[in-house]
Amino acid sequence: MSESPRDEQRVIQVDALARVEGEGALYLRVTDGVIQDLKFRIYEPPRFFEVLLQGRDFSDAPDITARICGICPMAYILSACQAMEQAAGVSVEGDLRALRRAAYCGEWIESHVLHAFLLHAPDFLGYPDAIRLSHDHPDLVRKALELKKLGNRILEVIGGRAVHPVNFRVGGLHGLPRRQALAELAKELERGLDLALELTRFTGGLDFPPFEYDYTCVSLRHPDEYAIQEGRIVSNRGLDIPVSEFEAHFDEEHVAHSNALHGFQKDSPEPYLVGPIARYNNNFQQLSQLAQEAARGAGLGPVVNNPFQSIVVRMIETVYAVEEALRLIRGYQEPAAACVSAEPRSARGYGCTEAPRGICYHRYDLDDRGHILEARIVPPTAQNQKQIERDLRGLVAHRLDLPDERLQWICEQAIRNYDPCISCATHFLKLTVERG
Amino acid sequence: MANLLIQCVGDPLRGDDGAGPEVARRLLAAPLPASVRVREHWGEGVELMQEWDRVTRVVLVDAAHSGAEPGIVHRFDPSNEPIPADFCYYCTHRFGVAEAVEMARALGYLPPDLRLIAIEGRDFGLGQPLSPAVAAAVEQVTAELLALARRED
Repeated sequence: MSESPRDEQRVIQVDALARVEGEGALYLRVTDGVIQDLKFRIYEPPRFFEVLLQGRDFSDAPDITARICGICPMAYILSACQAMEQAAGVSVEGDLRALRRAAYCGEWIESHVLHAFLLHAPDFLGYPDAIRLSHDHPDLVRKALELKKLGNRILEVIGGRAVHPVNFRVGGLHGLPRRQALAELAKELERGLDLALELTRFTGGLDFPPFEYDYTCVSLRHPDEYAIQEGRIVSNRGLDIPVSEFEAHFDEEHVAHSNALHGFQKDSPEPYLVGPIARYNNNFQQLSQLAQEAARGAGLGPVVNNPFQSIVVRMIETVYAVEEALRLIRGYQEPAAACVSAEPRSARGYGCTEAPRGICYHRYDLDDRGHILEARIVPPTAQNQKQIERDLRGLVAHRLDLPDERLQWICEQAIRNYDPCISCATHFLKLTVERG
Repeated sequence: MANLLIQCVGDPLRGDDGAGPEVARRLLAAPLPASVRVREHWGEGVELMQEWDRVTRVVLVDAAHSGAEPGIVHRFDPSNEPIPADFCYYCTHRFGVAEAVEMARALGYLPPDLRLIAIEGRDFGLGQPLSPAVAAAVEQVTAELLALARRED
């Protein structure tokens, strides 16, 4: 650690970032107080899922793509289902749609709570990990674990199991959940809502490092609900397009330091943001009254520009997801059939849903037998990489007087603002800071 | 409710990391008492821990990469000693078996009897079969666990 870090070269290097999903690294080189190089590097090997899908039956895509991630399989399952259903010219409505949305709420709950309390909260409270946090705040961790488990329970009851649920298919579900299990789940969700509100209040009381950015927020928007499993792609810069036009406005590029493609806007040099803050900023008015009140109670307005407050936004979305799952399950009437028929045809289908980390885009070309000719998948973490690097540059530029250890801490905390899922994106962090 | 829960952790697609799942597959092919539950598990620590609720006895089977000879079977009693953090084999997720045990200890969630059996692996490459020494250790651990399970009858 340097006593006069401005006067020499400093290198901060984190070779294996902890508390992220997957394998990534950070490299920072500073010379005479000026950032010379900053790279957020994803070195987890690429997994070639798009090629693996070629030649497979259209009905295989939801279950194959679900394996891209153990945290957000619903995002892949339903993005693939949506694309295949569009290609087949069918739509899944009513109570089947409600079951899918409730299951997706389960995924938001388990993913958001896992990240907020076991991966991100230690950064704010000065602990190296969630185990040390558990020693000092056991009740807090117990409550978070109970709430996370509730998210898993939703997935088990509707999806057949919590990780890589097996009950979803193109056209609907394989089987309908048992009524008794749904009734028991509703009781658990009532208790879960109180937990979610209490944990949200806790996150609102954390100290957020001062940093703001005028983000280009990209998310889905649906006319009737807080968008989760369908909608148009919108931004706070006026973009409003159907999912089928995603590739006209967004693309990915390979950069030498990352095994994950970097997403970019075709018509702007600005990076863009997907995920909880983007959704919240674009669709705040569609959150439930209770979730909006929870946001105000936690000190947030309708727009959030401090990425460290993403931990609060995740919990507000958790409040919404618990409440929404409860509403859907209470209103559920068992349909006559678990699915609608979807016959393959030569067509192109598009799908996009809001994974916990942001929009997850799928596009498939099918032949007349329903075999996949080409697949393209754009996961959220790939899209956030340029914004992560931009945040880090902005943060570091005003904190160069910090000793290396503290600088590294805040960089890692900033990366976790994005809950980056490297497994998804390579299909994430070592920090190296060089100062000179 | 299970009196004995056997959690077999690993990824069958990652060479010797598949030792745990192979033990699970063999145990599940054998007749077991109703009070014994065998689970193949991907190793996410929180989920492992949450399965310990109201279970008297838990045996965790995992792959190890401690640098010992492949096929060596390590045994821990985590109620008396911490598991070294880097002992078990993880691919991408750092909250695994050792972290689950330590968090459970902090939260008072450790089951009354918890044992870890870790089979030392050598090759964790994608799509590789179990190393011969690891396959032999799998057979030995399976026989031992079958005998343990049958005592529950």
